[in-house]
Amino acid sequence: MIMNLSSLFSGPVQLVALLGGAFRLGWKALLRMVTPPLDLKESLRQLDRIGVGSLNLTNITALFTGMVLAVQSAYTLSKFGARLYIGEIVTLSLVRELGPVLTALMVGGRVGAGITAELGSMTVTEQVDALRSMAADPIRKLVVPRTWATLIMLPLLTVMADAMGILGGMLIAVFQEGLSSSFYFSRVFRTLEMNDLILGLSKPAVFAFIIAIIGCYNGLNARGGADGVGRATTNTVYAASIAILIADFFVTKLMIGLLP
Amino acid sequence: MKDIVISFEEVSRAFGKKRVLDHASFEIAGGEIVAILGASGSGKSVTLKTINGLITPDEGKVEVLGHTVTELSEEELSPMRRRVSYLFQGGALFDSMSVFENIAFPLREHLDLSREELREKVEELLAMVDLEGVGPLSPSELSGGMKKRVAVARALALEPEIILYDEPTTGLDPVTGETIAHLILDLDRRLGVTSVVVTHDIPLVLRVADRVLFLEDGRFDFTGSIEEARSSGPETVRNFFKSGVIHA
Repeated sequence: MIMNLSSLFSGPVQLVALLGGAFRLGWKALLRMVTPPLDLKESLRQLDRIGVGSLNLTNITALFTGMVLAVQSAYTLSKFGARLYIGEIVTLSLVRELGPVLTALMVGGRVGAGITAELGSMTVTEQVDALRSMAADPIRKLVVPRTWATLIMLPLLTVMADAMGILGGMLIAVFQEGLSSSFYFSRVFRTLEMNDLILGLSKPAVFAFIIAIIGCYNGLNARGGADGVGRATTNTVYAASIAILIADFFVTKLMIGLLP
Repeated sequence: MKDIVISFEEVSRAFGKKRVLDHASFEIAGGEIVAILGASGSGKSVTLKTINGLITPDEGKVEVLGHTVTELSEEELSPMRRRVSYLFQGGALFDSMSVFENIAFPLREHLDLSREELREKVEELLAMVDLEGVGPLSPSELSGGMKKRVAVARALALEPEIILYDEPTTGLDPVTGETIAHLILDLDRRLGVTSVVVTHDIPLVLRVADRVLFLEDGRFDFTGSIEEARSSGPETVRNFFKSGVIHA
């Protein structure tokens, strides 16, 4: 009975410990991000790895998502004779919701796992302890450059993904539905409002912070050799994906309440 | 009488249910070379990490070079850590950096050297460990022994007053092991560096140590010279020297 009770509570206890640890790390990182010095060389290296390295993945995802959205909308709208509105539906769905969330999920999987694997391997081979023993701050040296790089690159990747998705929608609109590209783009630009862009770009900033901090936290707390690093990496993909979807709901509610 | 530079006062540390250090106490004077011996898993590395503040004890007091390590935050430990180097068992070289950058790391972090001064200093340190010319290589291109020597060069970069060695000769061939032993002795004689060596390598202990601390059941119940350890120490300590391995 006691065993059952302890195993029943161990999950929530672990979750609370992870949340508490990640929040503490996030706060410490935030304080160091706004105070010098910044390790510029490491930050540039991370910008390249996180941003440029994710470009193909996020662009291909967005291109095909835009195409699927257009196919689905054309199929549904044609029943009401409203297939001219493909541009509006693809644009709003992508810019307000799918672009930020899908890009974050893709980057969360690739980059979050990469950060955890790298920092986890550094932790279990005592490289993080070596940093501390040389009076260097692991948060400033490891967490801050990765968080800045993710914060800068995720919004840019999202903008690129939005553009690729809209382009994918155009391919279907033109080649399957016989609309002209100028008509499609005129509907796209007429639909887009500043509020859509603000909403679509505020989400990646929040998601980027979540991905970087969860990735770093799990990496810095990896224990038990290669097996431990593997488990930490899986945890990051799992935790980052769930956290992104939960945060998406709250950011959407908040921004819709705040925006006129 | 030399000043005490490291003191452990009733230090305890548990990991889960296992109590690794149990009211452990000892003192180390400046310029001493002290070997910490004990069975595998007895807490020798934990002791070294506790000296440096990498592990915080559950209770007790640790003082290093006048700093009360157990009362300081991570930031407040920095001045002490600049004066105490740690040689990790696997070297703990940074994979993402070249050998040059690894050795230059503590210098860049704490000293304001010009490019030329930095290059000269790193070359000098590499020469000390007989590794001239390997600066551009990455750690993955080095053998285990070379990695350890690079780690030694990095540990010496800030000219520390204390060096903590965690298994410095494990996995090394006898010639490289002898180089490390020679270096420990040389640093002691030439610069008066205090060395704390965690090891199972009895020939190394016999070659370099002034004094032995024996860790058993979480306590340092035996401390004395090598002669005392071999003649009048507890049976486990004498066995250690007889066989070169522990029978715990």
